[in-house]
Amino acid sequence: MKHFSTYPALNGVSLDIGPGEFVALLGPSGSGKTTLLRIIAGLDFPDSGRIVFAGEEVTDKPAARRGIGFVFQHYALFGHMTVARNIAFGLSILPRRKRPPRHEIARRVEELLELVQLQGCGERYPAQLSGGQRQRVALARALARDPQILLLDEPFGALDTRVRRELRSALRRIHENIGLTTIFVTHDHEEAFALADRVAILSGGRIEQFDTPQGIQEAPASSFVESFVS
Amino acid sequence: MSTLTLAARPAPMMRRKRQKSSLPGLPLALGITITWLSLIVLVPLSAIFVKSGSEGWQAFWNAALSDRALAAYRLSFGSALLAAIINAVFGLVVAWVLVRYAFPGKRLLSALVDLPFALPTAVAGIALTAIYAPNGMIGSYLANSGIAVAYRPAGVVVALVFIGLPFVVRTVEPVLAQVSREMEEAAVTLGATRLQTFLWVVLPTIFPALATGFALAFARGAGEYGSVIFIAGNMPYVSEIAPLLIVTQLEEYDYAGATAIGVVMLIVSFAMLFLINALQVWQRRRVA
Amino acid sequence: MSRSNPLQESRTARLGLVLLALAYVGLVLLIPLGAVFAEAFAEGIGAWYAAITEPDALSAIRLTLLVAAIAVPLNLVFGIAAAWAIAKHDFRGKAFLTTLIDLPFSVSPVVAGLIFILLFGGQGWFGPLLQDSGLQIIFALPGMVLATIFVTFPFIAREVIPLMEEQGKSDEEAALTLGASGWQLLWHVTLPNVRWGLLYGVLLANARAMGEFGAVSVVSGHIRGETNTMPLQVEVLYNEYNFVAAFAVASLLALLALVTLALKSYLEWRHRDVLAARGH
Repeated sequence: MKHFSTYPALNGVSLDIGPGEFVALLGPSGSGKTTLLRIIAGLDFPDSGRIVFAGEEVTDKPAARRGIGFVFQHYALFGHMTVARNIAFGLSILPRRKRPPRHEIARRVEELLELVQLQGCGERYPAQLSGGQRQRVALARALARDPQILLLDEPFGALDTRVRRELRSALRRIHENIGLTTIFVTHDHEEAFALADRVAILSGGRIEQFDTPQGIQEAPASSFVESFVS
Repeated sequence: MSTLTLAARPAPMMRRKRQKSSLPGLPLALGITITWLSLIVLVPLSAIFVKSGSEGWQAFWNAALSDRALAAYRLSFGSALLAAIINAVFGLVVAWVLVRYAFPGKRLLSALVDLPFALPTAVAGIALTAIYAPNGMIGSYLANSGIAVAYRPAGVVVALVFIGLPFVVRTVEPVLAQVSREMEEAAVTLGATRLQTFLWVVLPTIFPALATGFALAFARGAGEYGSVIFIAGNMPYVSEIAPLLIVTQLEEYDYAGATAIGVVMLIVSFAMLFLINALQVWQRRRVA
Repeated sequence: MSRSNPLQESRTARLGLVLLALAYVGLVLLIPLGAVFAEAFAEGIGAWYAAITEPDALSAIRLTLLVAAIAVPLNLVFGIAAAWAIAKHDFRGKAFLTTLIDLPFSVSPVVAGLIFILLFGGQGWFGPLLQDSGLQIIFALPGMVLATIFVTFPFIAREVIPLMEEQGKSDEEAALTLGASGWQLLWHVTLPNVRWGLLYGVLLANARAMGEFGAVSVVSGHIRGETNTMPLQVEVLYNEYNFVAAFAVASLLALLALVTLALKSYLEWRHRDVLAARGH
């Protein structure tokens, strides 16, 4: 449990997510979904409780060493770096003995650009890209260090409907290709149901229901869930 | 019965015509602005260029590049550069703690940073001299270890450090406050340590502002007079700054000599102004 | 909770940086400020009082106030006109004009004095003309006022332009549709909206006008009791080794600086949202 002065508090939240699963955290604003995601990432810390990745407790581990990839709502790309350098950032700051050689990093960047279908854009700067392209770069950057878990905070929130749809299918396709455990936050139930294997519905800092889209639609656990997803 | 007739058409978009403002008063306001600007700034400044050409190029170059003048430029620009470097480093620290941390005395610190904008330069000059003179509060300590500051070129640097600090702090502060938390969080989730985040993400983002503050401090320092002349010692070839050389030559009625040095100083001013403008455009692009 | 925030430096680093900042500002700014008052009162309050009520000191105070009282209002009118033109209208060469307004910031004060000598001095462009008409500009009040206007030229315009730009034009347009004239717009809508920025600019311009040394020194001629402003009087006394008197006059100027800073901080604190638009 964590109390915040400005953020909503989380209350007795417990989630068990299987390897390779694609999970959506769904809820209205103020429900605590973003806070939960940030706690998983290590950007915020719970007052009590534990976070366990694949049997290893990471509750006290700093974000930098949790092996996560995080995609921000407003992309948070580094404006002074090219797309390629943005993607390579996580690799190029590794200590010398762990850092792959330069050509290896370049190869990995090319691979990721291809994965997000931005071949040939490596030398551009973020300011020269559209919103949808920027979010693809942010995704490629988050994947560069082969994270165990991919976390996305309202990844399509700042984009228009058409681009949103395109990116949704791109994300789904990438998830199917690499089978990475993925958790994303959204306030749009259609998006959650269209993408996720399972959906956790939050309200007032509590999980109202955690089930497959079909399970939720067939048997809403509370009147809140029923009204929120209809 | 009245009918509303729309006779007006939007102006054709030939050569990107600027939109006409809905507000009145442009001719008058612009008239006052340009007249005043011309009378106070442009005409007087053009006088110095006309004057500099009046005695022929050879005479101009001899005066502008005499050994004494060269020594004075070296001191003025060299100490301004050194002082601006010192202020860039420590000014960044001051701006950082003002933007990022809460601590007792923060408001006071923030107010104090502007002191050099408000304190007359002559007052700063005599105060610094009193402190750094061999019998002064700090000067006596330094004298014990064999370091002399007052009446030496080092004194010039001390005065210019005083003058330049607010330029760095006040330029960096607003830009540092704009650096998005998300960008720093992104660096952390990509495995960066705090130091790496600062060096590779925050510093490059605010670098143009830091360079602007540096350039402003340098420009101000190179032309500074009041705070320097008391502490410098003013020995020709050694501790005589360029503005002082202008004053000395004016007192000797050597108008051509004073003008030649003034022109060199002005050209550097123009170059700095141009550079500072370019840096500001760069910063706006970087943060946006 | 002792877990470290990933976005903040360690406690030790934070403490170290704060102490470094305080030490630097203390060494560079606070000690010199303290020294002014320490030296001014070194021989007691009586000596201080005698020094600032001495006739030459009083005449320097009067002249300083007079120069500022002429220069600041003129630049205020200019600043409002320039801001109205630049912030509320679009025209060719606007960016260039804005740069020209900043020009005096980067000109050495000594050069600022020099240009007026070249114009109005004995050998200057208008020198002979002035001599014939018996009008004296250099080594007299008009020259000192001109030099002061030059060095304080950008202050007010610089504070007001970004503020007016931020306010946009909708308030004025609303007033126009209600039948307001141009002057009514300016007086009842625009100026009230930017009054704090305006006050802020006036404060800074005034501090600089009263404290200007280099430019005024070049054009004044240093005639005691006649063309010495307070900063020039400080120099004269200092060069005569009359340190207590020099610091006594200096302490008045330092007091002016402190009042300026206090008002400035108060304005910033009171109107931080409005002033947030300003460039520096």
